[in-house]
Amino acid sequence: MAQVKLTTPLDEATVRGLTAGDEVLISGTIYTGRDAVHKHLHDGGALPAGVDFSGGIVYHCGPVVVEREPGADGRRRFTVTAAGPTTSIREEPYQAGLIARYGLRGVIGKGGMGLKTLQACREHGAVYLHAIGGAAQVYADCITGVEDVHLEEFGSPEAIWVLRVVDFPAIVTMDAHGGSLHEVVQADSLDRLQAALAGS
Amino acid sequence: MPDTLSASLLDLIRRTSSDLPADIRRALQSGREKEARGSRALLALDTIDCNIGTAEAESAPICQDTGMIKFYVHHPVGYDTLRFEESARAAVAEGTAIGYLRQNSVDSLTGKNTGNNLGPGTPLFHFQAWRRPDVDVRLMLKGGGCENVGAQYSLPMEFPELGKKAGRDAEGVKLAVLHAIWKAQGKGCAPGYIGVCVGGDRASGLEVAKEQLLRVVGDTNPDPALAALEDECARIANGLGIGPMGFGGDTTVLAVKIAARNRLPASFFVSVSYACWAHRRRGVVLDPATDAITGWLYETPDEAAPDAGH
Repeated sequence: MAQVKLTTPLDEATVRGLTAGDEVLISGTIYTGRDAVHKHLHDGGALPAGVDFSGGIVYHCGPVVVEREPGADGRRRFTVTAAGPTTSIREEPYQAGLIARYGLRGVIGKGGMGLKTLQACREHGAVYLHAIGGAAQVYADCITGVEDVHLEEFGSPEAIWVLRVVDFPAIVTMDAHGGSLHEVVQADSLDRLQAALAGS
Repeated sequence: MPDTLSASLLDLIRRTSSDLPADIRRALQSGREKEARGSRALLALDTIDCNIGTAEAESAPICQDTGMIKFYVHHPVGYDTLRFEESARAAVAEGTAIGYLRQNSVDSLTGKNTGNNLGPGTPLFHFQAWRRPDVDVRLMLKGGGCENVGAQYSLPMEFPELGKKAGRDAEGVKLAVLHAIWKAQGKGCAPGYIGVCVGGDRASGLEVAKEQLLRVVGDTNPDPALAALEDECARIANGLGIGPMGFGGDTTVLAVKIAARNRLPASFFVSVSYACWAHRRRGVVLDPATDAITGWLYETPDEAAPDAGH
């Protein structure tokens, strides 16, 4: 299990150098996006000005965000108090299209995704990065700043939060070569279950 | 927050969201002791361990999905449950504004978020009178990821993947439970805490399965047949190699808890409720005269949960 440091924006060669099972630490800017954002973009909605998915990473996350007093410059200020991954498979109908259209290089979430996304990762050079589900505080600590928020009308958890992160830990579970740790574990666990039940 | 009951329940919400109970911590710790050094499983469990500590220290949510909010209340005969509901709603709204709870209640069709966790069906309440003078309030916050991998089987049933048919007996129950755990893989944020009900009707089966999650890891089922089934399901599940988050490893479930309810001769349901590793349930004992907290439940790893489904 190799450990790799990644900094956004990601280039294709870096992403194609990753293998399912690698541990990564991500630094730079990432964008949250979950059900409402994916459906909005899939249905032809515009990507808000100021959001650049090219070489970027979308994070399947609905954070708990508390708004603080505005800064001296009048800008809104936020603190993320919890920010773990949400279940990714809900975005399976949309993810491949977004990877193709916007040039996303990474998707962070939990639970893995389906064949369509795996094929898009291979075709366009992207990876699925599995965060530790439920580790909302560890990930909140990796967020050093909230740069902006878009599509707040979807509700706070469903908005696009633009987050600065440092050393955000994840595991590559779907790589750009068609490799999937989920498929390996699922097949191996089925073999083991059949063996355990063989006598019964 | 004007009334004492709301203040007591707000404290219960804060601790439930931020401070994982002793029995779950101990079960996760024994998982860490089992997993190989340098493994992905240990990386996941170490991250989880770090997360538990930070959440407690900062009174911040262990997981950002602060889940479906459900209060289980045992109360003396004549207790005013409507007043309890009002105070609980006020505490939930306040807990959401503070950030103990995420804005987590949306209209089912439009997706519109109410912003304060209050709405039709949220939060949930389960009231039951008992002949004791005190009020026992347990709160469970169960996230959507694990709720989505729950299952209900109507036996007999074919499991083509396993090449087996589950009959209407203990062996069939075992097959159904293990199938649910295998099917879930890491998607319910393994290692999971598994509640099962054999029997009942469809609605009560899932209800009772979820109630088993109120039991503590180390309790012993008073029914020896169910106790044996619980142990066997947990042993086999932890040999499947699914591991934390489905990364592979030896810690797939923290415990399996099974209850049985009488059924109609024509029905045989096995209902499975899967709770993630961040199994957030806490409890308080309230003095019904003052609404003040007189004690906390789930403080020690072995504390039993009376009347939680037996």
